[in-house]
Amino acid sequence: MSNIGSYDERISGFDWGIARDVLDWRDGELLNIGAICSDRVCARGNADKTALIWEGHSGEPKTYSFRDLSVYSNTFADFLVELGLEPGDRVCLFMDKIPSLYFAFLGILKMGGIAQPLFSAFGDESLEVRLASAGARAVLTTQRHVRKVRKIAERLPELEHVIVVEGAPEKLKDGEVLFEVEKAPPVESFDVYVSDEDTPSVLHYTSGTTGQPKGAQHAHGSIWSQALTASWVLDLREDDVYWCTADPGWVTGTSYGIIGPWALGITQCVLDAGFTAARWYQFIQDNRVTVWYSAPTAIRSLMREGEETVGRFDLSSLRHLASVGEPLNAEAVVWSEKAYGLPFLDTFWQTETGSIMISNFPGMKVKPGSMGKPFPGIEASILDLKTHEPLSTPGSVGLIAFRPGWPAMFRAYRNQPDVYCSKFVGAPEGARPEALRSDPSVWYVSGDRASIDEEGYFWFVGRDDDVINTGGHLVGPFEIESALVEHEAIAEAAAVGKPDEVNMEVVKAFVTLKPGFEPSDDLELAVMNFIRKRLSPLAMPQEMEYVEKLPKTRSGKILRRYLRALEWGEEVGDLSTLEDD
Amino acid sequence: MDEIKESVLEYVKDEYVEDEDEDVTYETKLISSGLVDSFSMVSLKAFLEKRYSISLPDSEATPEAFDTVNSIAELVKKHTG
Repeated sequence: MSNIGSYDERISGFDWGIARDVLDWRDGELLNIGAICSDRVCARGNADKTALIWEGHSGEPKTYSFRDLSVYSNTFADFLVELGLEPGDRVCLFMDKIPSLYFAFLGILKMGGIAQPLFSAFGDESLEVRLASAGARAVLTTQRHVRKVRKIAERLPELEHVIVVEGAPEKLKDGEVLFEVEKAPPVESFDVYVSDEDTPSVLHYTSGTTGQPKGAQHAHGSIWSQALTASWVLDLREDDVYWCTADPGWVTGTSYGIIGPWALGITQCVLDAGFTAARWYQFIQDNRVTVWYSAPTAIRSLMREGEETVGRFDLSSLRHLASVGEPLNAEAVVWSEKAYGLPFLDTFWQTETGSIMISNFPGMKVKPGSMGKPFPGIEASILDLKTHEPLSTPGSVGLIAFRPGWPAMFRAYRNQPDVYCSKFVGAPEGARPEALRSDPSVWYVSGDRASIDEEGYFWFVGRDDDVINTGGHLVGPFEIESALVEHEAIAEAAAVGKPDEVNMEVVKAFVTLKPGFEPSDDLELAVMNFIRKRLSPLAMPQEMEYVEKLPKTRSGKILRRYLRALEWGEEVGDLSTLEDD
Repeated sequence: MDEIKESVLEYVKDEYVEDEDEDVTYETKLISSGLVDSFSMVSLKAFLEKRYSISLPDSEATPEAFDTVNSIAELVKKHTG
């Protein structure tokens, strides 16, 4: 029997208070994610239980107990307080998936700070935009990545502390501090900041169609839905060995790679190494992984390797598989059932929602290719594209929308209240963001399109905007285009997603060149590397097309949807606003 | 073969290695260590195709084949004859 038991029974009379039962929560306990994921587990008698099995690319595993988690996070928290950091300060984590990342994340929350994890492959421009927006007072990084911080630090007046958590002292520059937590005097006890459900906790940046990335601000109260979904969707149990393959630079890596599972006292594995099928299977075999939460891009890459590779390893420990990041195609579900004896169950949610919203649940009939059904307590609907009224006819395509009010819902876009309000439909004019969070008459619109079938299963159709979903990560076209035109050869640029067998979409750039530059393979490679280093490998155009001019509206706006439709072989739609030749 | 290895190693160091003190050799794991991620493999493949005037089919441009400078050089050699 799965944790959720009967889905139909769970949705009847659902109350989020059941999350407290799942956590065995008592009145008066401290609602601080950092403490819940470490100290609380220890206090409940599991201090010696393994919290983290970590393996780097060199293959030597390290194991940490919940006591280690408690002490090392205390040590980080104490260090940050000694530096002068205060509750509410943004502290950026910019490093690979090393153990210190996990300890520091909890430590920041324990001292009342706001953790801002960033993907370590971000280039200096992506890093600068996000650090500036967050107004980060400190960044924790490693010797491997500190060079990118050095390049931009002087342009970030609010950034006071650059802390290197792994490296050699002689490699540090002026103003940088080396703090290696496992070598520091351990702090056994720390006075944890008294947070509540609305206290800011984690700041994740996400891309939109226009403008620079937005900082989705979450709060400590998110833990209710993160722990409950970890229990009911991921089906985590006390004796599980759980592997979430996501990087904490993205929301999956914190909601389900740290918070949900550790709140439940589950043993987690982390593999800090690049992807190869054999390496991943070896990791599952060595650690006897039981629950595996991964992404469609990885699953399709494993499919490519075939069942023969699967057969070389003992994967019999696996009992539950789930997927997130982009729609999981039916073929991948069918293949995984054949290859592993278990289907990957798709889950749908996003940075802003903070926790799983629509899912295939353990024990529920799986319809390969479907997103599944709304999590109990989540009111989900499909809204008409124009009127924003809920559609009741099965199969009608519209916008996926949710009634606000679930615990992990984002509380703000940092410093952008108007953008936050624009994500809701049905709101009275001038409504304040805090009112929208619990207004039962409005809908939060996700930006994705889907339909619902006769049995209530949701089926993903695509994005409702120009944002590119590549390998499960959203990349904003505006950010790419802005960087492209900074290249000396490029006059104008448009970035769109083009279909890709493994990553669903990859970035394709259409560019016009400045006088004096000619199209060439050399230039294409130079531009690829230019974007990769400035923004990230995800944002790097994997194809570039030189054009004489870009399609634009009469008002001069680039018609990305036209270019995208051409790439996807779709109808280009109404072109009446297209600029005349 | 040595010329290929040298040229690929230099390119990898210039383009992908952030920490100048990181010791990268012909046998250093590039993909499985995370030094070069799967997205960046596309630019590395583009470099090889341009530099050596070859076309590498996707079926051969695998993470395993790109995992060390030595294995990359072998792949290039196979296609350059």
